[in-house]
Parts: sequence; C-alpha cells; structure tokens
Amino acid sequence: MTSIVCKDLCKTFQQGDEVITGLDNVSITIEKGDFVCLSGPSGSGKTTLLNAMGGLDTPDSGEITIGRVRIDKLGKAALADIRLHNIGFVFQAYNLIPVLTARENVEFVMQVSGLDAEERSKRSYKILREVGLEGMENRRPAHLSGGQQQRVAVARAIVSQPTLVLADEPTANLDSVTSSQLMDLFVELNQHHNITFIIATHDLRVMKYAKRLIKMEDGKIISDEKQ
Amino acid sequence: MMTFQLSNTVIFILAWRNLWRNHRRTLIMLSAITVGVWAMIFMTALMRGMVDDMLLNGIRNLPGEVQIHHLQFLDDPGINNSITAPDAKLLKALQSPEVKAWTTRVRVPAVISSERDSRGITLLGVEPGREVQLGFDISSIIEGRFLTGNNDSGLVIGAKLAERLETRLGKRVVVMSQDPDNNIADRGFRVVGIYKAKMDSLEELNIYAGLTTVQKLLKLEDKVSEIAITGKDYRHVENWFSTIKLVAGQTVQTLPWYEIDKYLGSMLAMMDGFVLVWIIVIFLALSFGLVNTLVMAVFERTREIGLMQALGMRPNMILYQILVESFFLLSIGLLIGNALAIGTILPLQDGIDISVVAKGMEMMGSSSILYPALKLNDVLLANIIVITLGLLTSFLPAWHAASFDPVEALGKD
Repeated sequence: MTSIVCKDLCKTFQQGDEVITGLDNVSITIEKGDFVCLSGPSGSGKTTLLNAMGGLDTPDSGEITIGRVRIDKLGKAALADIRLHNIGFVFQAYNLIPVLTARENVEFVMQVSGLDAEERSKRSYKILREVGLEGMENRRPAHLSGGQQQRVAVARAIVSQPTLVLADEPTANLDSVTSSQLMDLFVELNQHHNITFIIATHDLRVMKYAKRLIKMEDGKIISDEKQ
Repeated sequence: MMTFQLSNTVIFILAWRNLWRNHRRTLIMLSAITVGVWAMIFMTALMRGMVDDMLLNGIRNLPGEVQIHHLQFLDDPGINNSITAPDAKLLKALQSPEVKAWTTRVRVPAVISSERDSRGITLLGVEPGREVQLGFDISSIIEGRFLTGNNDSGLVIGAKLAERLETRLGKRVVVMSQDPDNNIADRGFRVVGIYKAKMDSLEELNIYAGLTTVQKLLKLEDKVSEIAITGKDYRHVENWFSTIKLVAGQTVQTLPWYEIDKYLGSMLAMMDGFVLVWIIVIFLALSFGLVNTLVMAVFERTREIGLMQALGMRPNMILYQILVESFFLLSIGLLIGNALAIGTILPLQDGIDISVVAKGMEMMGSSSILYPALKLNDVLLANIIVITLGLLTSFLPAWHAASFDPVEALGKD
C-alpha cells in the first residue's frame, strides 16, 4: 500500500425531499507516510470522504484506489478484509465494545485477523503501556475516562500495524491536555512507523500538527496546502 | 483454519458476555425456554404413559405382541380353523432371548348357562402358568382362585358375567360349543374363580378353563386356536417377529399386535404424531419470545455491530455471533428445562392417582393410576426441535444484523 488515490468522487444523500451533496467531484492523492488533516465546517464532506477512503461507504461515482486495489468496486466481505488488515479507525465517540476489557478491545482486530494469543498479548500490553494505560488493561470501557477510552481506541487502531489510520474528530470529546498527548502520539507513530494519518477535524490545534491541510466546503476541496 | 479458531474464541466471548448484558431480559427468556421445555417433556411423558397403559392393556387383552393363527381364523374364529401346537423348530425359535413369554390357547365362541340365565361368551382354554406370564393379572381374581393347570376342570368367569348369570363362586354352570364335526359339545364346570377386568365388556365376554380340558371337550386333540407370544418391548416387535414368522411358515398366519388390532396400532402412530405437534406448538409460542429477545439485542447493539464491521469483522461472522448467542440461550434453557422435567417425572414413577376420573379413563382402556413414561426419544426430539428451530428462528435477526451498513450503524445512538 503506497498511496490513496481518489478520482472524481461524488456522493449524495437523500434527506426527506432534499438531496444533500456529500462529495462533489473530489480528486485527491495521499502518499504513504503523509499526515493529513481534513478541515471544514460541519457538512463539508470530511467524514464522507474519510468513510469512502476507509471502505465504510461507497461513492455514487468515481474511483478510490488504495495501493493497487480499486476498493469502490469491492463487496462487503472484501472491504471488511481490507479494513481488517490495512486500516485503523479512530472515531469521535471512542466506540469501544463495552463487554470487552481495554486489552480485549485492543486485541479484537488481531483476534479477528487470526494472530496467536501470545503475540496478541505481547502487542496489546506494549501498546497500552505506550498510550499510558499500564495497569488499566483489565478495565472495561465503563470504568475508563473519556480520554482513556480514546487512547484505547487509538491503541486498537494502531496495534495491528496498519498502513493507514483514519481518525474522525478524534479530539472532539477530549480536554486540551489529553488532545495534545493524543496528537503527539499520532505524530510519533507517523514518524517512527511511517503510518499514514488522515484526520478529519475542525480543531485548529490539531491542524497545526498536519504536514498537509486540506480544506473542504460543500463537498468540494477548496484548498490543499503542505505545511 | 487457525484464523477461524481464533475468531471463534472472540465470537464465543462476545456472545456469552452480550447474553448477560441485559441479564433481566435473558433470565426472563431463559425462564420461558425452561418452562416450555419442561412442559414439552413432562406433558409428553404423561401422555406417553397414558397411551402406553392403554396399549399395554390392549395388548394384554389380545393377548401377546405376536399371534399365530390358522389362515382363516381372524375372519372365522371357529373350531375348524385351528392349528397344531408348536413344533420343535418353532419351540426353538420361541426360546429366543427376545421372547419374554408365550402360550397356546383355544378360543371358541360358546354359550354359558346358569340355573337362571344364558349368555354368549368366548371360551378360552389356557395354560394357566404361561397365561399369567403373558399378562393375565392374578390380582384381578377377586374371589376364589385362578386355574392351576392345563387339566384344571374349574372355570374362571368375570364378575359382571357372574352378576348377569346370577351365579357365584362354587356354583355349577354349563358351557356349550361345537366340536369339529359340528356336533354340540357341552359339559358342566364349577366356578372356581371370579375376576374383575379393567373393562366391563371383557368381564362379560371371556371365561377361562384349562387348555387340555377344553381340547377334550371340543375333541381338538392337541390343536389350538392361537399361539400368543410377547417380547420385551411392544414398540420393537420387528426385531424378532420376522424370525418367528419365517419359522412358523406360510401355512399359518403370523401377525404383530398392530395388525391384529389396527386401532391399537394407529394409537401408537397417532401418539408419535401428537408428540411432534405438541412440541412444535410449544416451540412456536417460545419462538416469539426468542425472536423478540434477539431483535431487541441486535437493535440495542446496532452501533457496536457497525463498529465491528468497520474494524474488519465480516458480515458472516456477525451473523455467526448472533447465532452463537442464541445457541447459548437455547442450550442453557434446554439444560435447565431437561433437569426440571426429569426432576419432576422421576418422583412420579410410582404413578399418579387419577381415580377421580377413573371411569372415563377405563372407557379409553387406561388405568386409574397414570405412570409417566419418560422416553429418551421424546427428550431427544424436544431438544433437537428446540435447538434446530430455535437457530432457524434466530437466523432472521442475525441476518438483519449482518446486513447493517457500517456507516449508518455507527451513526445510531
């Protein structure tokens, strides 16, 4: 997986009688190891673009290629495999599985992809230590703070060493200190593990970390700048 | 394979923990499954016990599970349609471990006369020892005694017949029939025993005398009307029936009980069908609760299911997870339901007194004590139906969950 290429992406949504434009002929190329922020007001198409690049949503038209794979043509199961092996997701609302402990949440993706128990355990303890959750491995999400939960979600997203991490408003529910810690962690992972990050945000503090800032409005890219 | 096993582990963990997430709902559903399974097994055991009793009484009255007759005997049960006593080959076959008891009998229509009245009856010349082994209940003798041997010159009659003839124990009666030459054959008998049958009609119909005494009276030499044989389980007559039929040969008619008395035979088939319908009806009532529970569980976890899909879990694994959850729920319900049913049936093995409705039960050929019959096949049938149909019913909510769109599911509150 070297890069993500989106070509002429269009996506509309029906909301009652109204047709909302999510993406309007969006074309973009993101290189491996990039650290990209998608910014723009609510409804500008950030999340829609993120979902399309992550194979969670299919565009009405246009092409998305990750590495050499055209993912806009793939079925549900094949898309699930692409997400499982290549992409890590961090959502705004933590989205942990409540019946699993922090460690089990982190191990979930590795377990589904078939990694053996010893390796899983080694990696999950290590990553939880790295995100500052040592000693909290066996706590369920309900017994973790918002910041801690988001760290578990980040740990889960990166533990299986994906080539791409897609984060949708990862700091929206975090205080400024925790936000900075999280962004420092993202930068470190980007620099040391060459993981590509694409972060949808309208938090100015987050945008400062980006190597490349893409601004969107009404489903269109209105600026694309390297920083 | 390895991946599947590891995925299995996480699916089992998720299914088990999700089951207890809303423990109140799970416990209510478990109670419903438990009571349903208990009702399936317990009621089936009661019905099975009642039908068993009716069938055993019926077979005892035939008597035997297999009978050998003259080819025309069933159409014309007269003296001329007699057969010879078992030969050496048949005697050897009757020694089979699957044969529990056998006897020979003379059975002819006759007329019995007392000082006061006459009645048409069936005269049975029996081997008393073998007759008891075959099913004659010695405790049914309410006055006097049963016959003591083939040469016993006494007569055992039913209480109802004694009442009709206005005779009693120790009195003499005359029994009249026909010999093979169509001559009148009659002789006087002293009433040595009076029996009480479960059905009044039998008390009025059957009278018992010693086999040799009756053979002499009818000039039958060693001929008999029938050879009656009983095995260890009336349901499994086929195991030994064919051997007996083969050895007995084509010159006689060898029939199992369900062909001799087609009504009795149909009762068994009807009972099997009824058990199946009963179990399915209870299951249908249960299935509404089961589907509702799973639909609610899926509905409450829409976001999580979307998350799992987003993280790379394939739709078929989501479906599998919901089915495993259903399997756990059904299995626990079955386990408790089975234990409860067995726990309530075993203490009732000595029978349930239903003498309040004894008259009605007698009309159906059943006793006033009901013995629940717990059959492994019935328990297995209930379990297989609950698991199989339960999983099939769960397929709908599971499929619904597997077909979620991850983006839409993640957007649900």
